[in-house]
Amino acid sequence: MPFARPTKPKLAVWKFASCDGCQLSLLDCEDELLAVCEHITIANFPEASRARVDGPYDLSLVEGSITTPHDAERIHRIRRASKYLVSIGACATGGGIQALRNFQDVQEFVSVVYARPEYIQTLAKSTPIADHVYVDFELRGCPISKPQLLELVNSFLNKRPPNLPNRNVCAECKLRGNTCVMVAEGKPCLGPVTQGGCDAICPSFRRGCYGCFGPGEAPNIAALSARMSEHLGVDTSDLVRVYRTYNSAADPFRKESERHES
Amino acid sequence: MSPENSTTKKPTRRSIKVDYLARVEGEGAMDIKIRGEKVEDVKLKIFEPPRFFEAFLRGRRFEEAPDITARICGICPVAYQMSSCHAIEQALGVTVDGQLRALRRLLYCGEWIESHVLHIYMLHAPDFLGYPDAVTLAKDYPDVVKKALLLKKIGNELVTLLGGREIHPINVKVGGFYRVPDKAELKAFLPRLEEALPIAQETVAFAGGLPFPDFEPEYEFVSLRHPDEYPFNEGRIVSSKGIDIPTSEFFDHFQEKHVEHSTSLHGLIRERGSYLVGPLARYSLNFDKLTPTAQQAAKDAGLAETCSNPFKSIVVRSVETLWAIEEAIKIIESYERSTESSVPCPPRAGVGHGCTEAPRGILYHQYEIDEHGFIKNAIIVPPTSQNQKRIEEDLFEFVSENIGLSDESLQWKCEQAIRNYDPCISCSCHFLKMKIERHD
Repeated sequence: MPFARPTKPKLAVWKFASCDGCQLSLLDCEDELLAVCEHITIANFPEASRARVDGPYDLSLVEGSITTPHDAERIHRIRRASKYLVSIGACATGGGIQALRNFQDVQEFVSVVYARPEYIQTLAKSTPIADHVYVDFELRGCPISKPQLLELVNSFLNKRPPNLPNRNVCAECKLRGNTCVMVAEGKPCLGPVTQGGCDAICPSFRRGCYGCFGPGEAPNIAALSARMSEHLGVDTSDLVRVYRTYNSAADPFRKESERHES
Repeated sequence: MSPENSTTKKPTRRSIKVDYLARVEGEGAMDIKIRGEKVEDVKLKIFEPPRFFEAFLRGRRFEEAPDITARICGICPVAYQMSSCHAIEQALGVTVDGQLRALRRLLYCGEWIESHVLHIYMLHAPDFLGYPDAVTLAKDYPDVVKKALLLKKIGNELVTLLGGREIHPINVKVGGFYRVPDKAELKAFLPRLEEALPIAQETVAFAGGLPFPDFEPEYEFVSLRHPDEYPFNEGRIVSSKGIDIPTSEFFDHFQEKHVEHSTSLHGLIRERGSYLVGPLARYSLNFDKLTPTAQQAAKDAGLAETCSNPFKSIVVRSVETLWAIEEAIKIIESYERSTESSVPCPPRAGVGHGCTEAPRGILYHQYEIDEHGFIKNAIIVPPTSQNQKRIEEDLFEFVSENIGLSDESLQWKCEQAIRNYDPCISCSCHFLKMKIERHD
């Protein structure tokens, strides 16, 4: 059938260890959701629909980190069924808050939370999707930004690369015209080493950035740590925690936190 | 990637299998075993990979708890921020009142609106009208879905206005906020809430007009109760069977049990067993605290002053949405900016309890803090784990009463019965696999 109407691309949303907030961002696109659905078939999105369409899928959005033996297998099946796979959010790209286990004994964690540890199956480390399979693109953030998600889907539908600037939070803060919270108010801020995309929300509310979009490109983290400890009264043990939040499995943050561990 | 729903029939044994329940937050599984005309066993299995929040909170500073615990749930992060703040403030002997307290209630209004409207139209209503999802529903009911999206958006805008973003707001801290809004900023939002009000009224009428099965189990309702307010942040924990305690006595009356088929702990009342938290409980125990408009809308939609039909939780959510909009308007109209954005919170050793009303029901937090401000112990009891046992009992009773239904119809109704609870599985724990087995 040479003139058959092209079918709509199929979108699938997959969940691993996460809070569901990043996939919820798609449902939170209240003004755009119905328009997006005219151009794409929601083929697998359990949080939104009971209906399922078999793969392969044109666009897979993967939320969450890998924390169980079963999930470490499942991500390979999803990769095989997906033409273009995007990991979304800090769990999928930086291990998530649950990667705090990576620095401690997970079996001890199990015994703290559960009365019957033998019922619980879990891996020693929480790891990003890219540690397991090839990832075509990553959307950062805890949670991801809605404008960035829409740009990603839009660029995919129009067969062009996503136009998402690779600048840090500092650059976005300047663009918003904020006074620097670190220079003017002496508040510790991860803006200089954190990838932008949030539009510098925290400094706009007069608090320092806490790095939820993960490390930016080639960050000079050691210089920032020195500044925070010498001028802002952040002591070494605090520095460990500063880099161990939502992206602690991302290499630059992990290494810097380990450097300050006594 | 095989189809997740399949039906297989054998001569002596029928089995319906749904591997993944849709339109709930998180993932779980369900097994129903039927032999002849009797339900043998019902298990709501939850396999959400454990994330160990309570373990890694130890050794973090108390100031970090609101941001960290928000990550338990992307749908109700404000609830986690509120319960953690209240618990820690109690441990530190700090009271947050006046306009800062009012702003917390206002933020919570935003979360209730967006969370309830998400559930009413996008997760629950498609079941009543026979659609797989809201996007398909929108083809036949475009105006309904468009208005729903607008209402949800207004809730999210309110959270963003106060919190900086709708998911994992960044402006909440122990003691108050990082930045408090000007009077003018909040006043400018009033027209949006006034736009929302008639849509919320229509939502109550829409929900009240849906078809409901005749199903009223015997529940023990549990919610907060406050002398002057419909409950959000503060109050005593009360029940329809006489519990009336301060939040600090939670574990004297409630317990958590670890069962093999779930990574979520089951909540139980010591002595009696299962209980129910969430909209039905809140409404039935606090009807007198609703605004006259919300009370009237509830009556017009066919609700009595208490409601024991879990399928009607969709109506109760719509009433609460209407109430939350009115409450938000009231708070903004009397708002005066406080000079300080937060109350000072010097560290001291202590234990504190916090219990607030998440959209899905009471959320209890307990923290033990050392003299330097580090968390020594944390206990978190989310609403869905408290309801888990009750969901199983609902299914048992519902299947028993409707055993004559075809497998397909029974399966969908059971899914709907689970969605009545707006379960938030990430909160409690992953896979809702559903399996009905029949043995003749």
